[in-house]
Amino acid sequence: MHTHEFDIVVVGAGGAGLMAALYASQNLPGGKVAVVSKLYPTRSHTGTAQGGIGAALGNLEEDHWEWHAFDTVKGGDYLSDQNAVRVLAQEAVSAVIELEHLGLPFDRNPDGTISQRRFGGHTNNKTRQPVRRACHAADRTGHMILQTLYQQCIKNQITFFDEYHVMDQLLSDDGRAAGVVAIQIGTGELHVFHSKAVIWATGGWGRVWSVTSNAHSLTGDGPAILLRRGLPLEDMEFFQFHPTGLYGLGVLITEGVRGEGGVLLNNRGERFMERYAPTIKDLASRDVVSRAIYLELKAGRGINGKPYVHLDVTPKTVNRYLAEAGDSRRIDAATIHQKLPDILDFCKTYAGVDPVEQPIPVAPTAHYAMGGIPTNVDAEVLASADGAIVPGLYAAGEVACVSVHGANRLGTNSLTDLIVFGRIAGKKAAEYARSADLPPLPSDPTGPVQAELDRLRTCKGSTRPGQLRRRMQETMMDHVGVFRTAEGIQEALKTLRDLKAAFRDDLTLDDRGYRFNTDVLEAWELGALLDVAEVTAASALARQESRGAHSREDFPKRDDERFLVHTFATLVDGEIRLDHSRPVDLSLGYQPQERVY
Amino acid sequence: MKAHFRIRRFNPETNAKPYWQDFTLEDVAPADRVLELLHRIKWEQDGTLAFRRSCAHGVCGSDAMRINGRNMLACKVLVSSLAAEGAESVTIQVEPILGLPVIKDLIVDMEPFFAHYRAVMPYFVNNDPPPADGRERRQSPEERAIFDDSTKCILCAACTTSCPSFWANGSYVGPAAIVQAHRFIFDSRDQAAEQRLDILAAPDGVWRCRTIFNCTPACPREIEVTRAIGEVKLAIQMGAERMRARKMTQGGTE
Repeated sequence: MHTHEFDIVVVGAGGAGLMAALYASQNLPGGKVAVVSKLYPTRSHTGTAQGGIGAALGNLEEDHWEWHAFDTVKGGDYLSDQNAVRVLAQEAVSAVIELEHLGLPFDRNPDGTISQRRFGGHTNNKTRQPVRRACHAADRTGHMILQTLYQQCIKNQITFFDEYHVMDQLLSDDGRAAGVVAIQIGTGELHVFHSKAVIWATGGWGRVWSVTSNAHSLTGDGPAILLRRGLPLEDMEFFQFHPTGLYGLGVLITEGVRGEGGVLLNNRGERFMERYAPTIKDLASRDVVSRAIYLELKAGRGINGKPYVHLDVTPKTVNRYLAEAGDSRRIDAATIHQKLPDILDFCKTYAGVDPVEQPIPVAPTAHYAMGGIPTNVDAEVLASADGAIVPGLYAAGEVACVSVHGANRLGTNSLTDLIVFGRIAGKKAAEYARSADLPPLPSDPTGPVQAELDRLRTCKGSTRPGQLRRRMQETMMDHVGVFRTAEGIQEALKTLRDLKAAFRDDLTLDDRGYRFNTDVLEAWELGALLDVAEVTAASALARQESRGAHSREDFPKRDDERFLVHTFATLVDGEIRLDHSRPVDLSLGYQPQERVY
Repeated sequence: MKAHFRIRRFNPETNAKPYWQDFTLEDVAPADRVLELLHRIKWEQDGTLAFRRSCAHGVCGSDAMRINGRNMLACKVLVSSLAAEGAESVTIQVEPILGLPVIKDLIVDMEPFFAHYRAVMPYFVNNDPPPADGRERRQSPEERAIFDDSTKCILCAACTTSCPSFWANGSYVGPAAIVQAHRFIFDSRDQAAEQRLDILAAPDGVWRCRTIFNCTPACPREIEVTRAIGEVKLAIQMGAERMRARKMTQGGTE
């Protein structure tokens, strides 16, 4: 066992983690900040974000942070905490400008300002028409953010522990964060990172589902670890299905395609979104569009009888609809090549389709966790629904639930979230570390992790982890996906409990070694996925209403009387307990209304 | 169809030296990606097989490996590109990228690669105060376009580890690091171009490039790597400012 001492340890090296590290180091002169990640930083999932980062810069037309805030609240189906939304929308503007100052190569307007485009749910609040709020760098905005932040971290000489997989959160006897335990993947050795503050920024857990846009690495390690340490998870039932994943693979096809004029068509060639969202059509928020696609498929209007629809961005189609709408814009092949180069590449590589000539086959894909580790607007982790915090513990980015996205996240707001709240987490952790002392470590800090790793390394059952993972993913897709019923969720919970039992009692692995043992690491990740899946299903069963991404066929209406509250789930003696006592913050004064797009 | 895999294996905990191992997969479809098939081998036949991967669609750069003798991302190679049309079977040979120490199976030590990356000042430098109005530093679309290609790099190492000059001399900074330097040298907002050009003019810098051209076809992001290296060579000779002006009049790299 190796022990390291730091003031602040950041877990995860995506956008939120790197932004937090940058700010932590700048706000803690002479302090020691480490970033610990199971990947190399440039391989974090932020790098796959495509379309843009939302900020009311108003570079091309009138826009205001208040409009951004309202769209976020409405898009979130009124579950968003409005104090957090205010911070998001206000700070987005300075945060994006700051990224530009850090060197981020945004696309530019002719006057040299940052280019912006339309995205789902972002509107001019007076006309209700789409507004250009998404700041972008081609269709690889996340890639540019990730690279820029990593570059700045190198410039600022931040210490990185690449390919160290964090497996436990250490807490002192008086309940403060005291560091983390990680395995050095290359050697199989355990390391203790003893610190005053810990910032969790490990991203999402789309790998709970069988069709997902998420990387293989997105396995819910962060939430699972804190859950096992007795801490709550918030609003886990809200998981976004992005309407346009490449059919069969789930690879994301950015909303920017529709932002540039692309339309969704069914097997009759109908632009069906006109029926579901008459004003904003294909640029309605993601929950609305995902449900619309499912309803089209259910009604037998999938293409060639298969479960997908077409996303058509061919100039011929787009220009016809623009002309019909009296819009003077026109696109050509060059526009698509310039603004959506990666999308062209994905479509050609994986579907053999050239989007300049042919429509893209798409279906909803598991995409983004609205829920996660509960935090307040200072990125401090909550210990319970009453708002008590865990001293020294912070979270930001997709892993955190602050909650700005509420029941459904607007496109571009994930990048905004991780920049704004990553920055806050870094600052606040630095402030805390300036006055805090190093808490004592528990007596055997690596004991629990070592025991589980030894068990996995020597298990001699009959079930391979891959079998369990596939059954979990299919079960969650079937029963805890876009549409849900009590019956289906109960079925899923039963299956998950069986799978957890098999994971505990009947697992077998091939690799008994230490060096880069991905067999053991994947099994560990499966354990996290199973825990997260169970909390998701249990939280979904209890929420007897339909709100945002959570659509209950047996409770089709939103129920503000009973459910204008957050779900807090904790694990007590192996059982999930739910608490619905935390009300939604309505401090901006946006009262729940019917959502019409 | 059937897929016959020949995979280069090496686990220093148990093997004295590397060896080839064969695997056979049934029911392989032309649209399957090599990464999916490696997963099938690992998940169904041999859990000890070790390789890196993450995003699985060509953006994170984790799964660069040598497939049938060429550097590629396993997640971006479809069986159809390796098999003859209508073939009943396909043979796929997989080995780690060359020129970096092998840690286990298809996993190499990336540290020497990232050390070269860090050596070229791969970060934005501008010591002027930001604009007083609190807004962005302005840059025209044309200025932005001249370094667009080199912003696509995902640091997968496919280019550097396909380069015979790098194989011959691991202290050569390599194509990927030069592309990263290029990204800043040609950014109109950056102020450290001359320092980077000094670094790249050193003996293990850009002149080790013999224009063999392996790097460009190896790049999974279709960056014109050899061209970027050539532009850096010219910038050393002409100065960054003049070279940037010349690129501007040529209308960028696309």
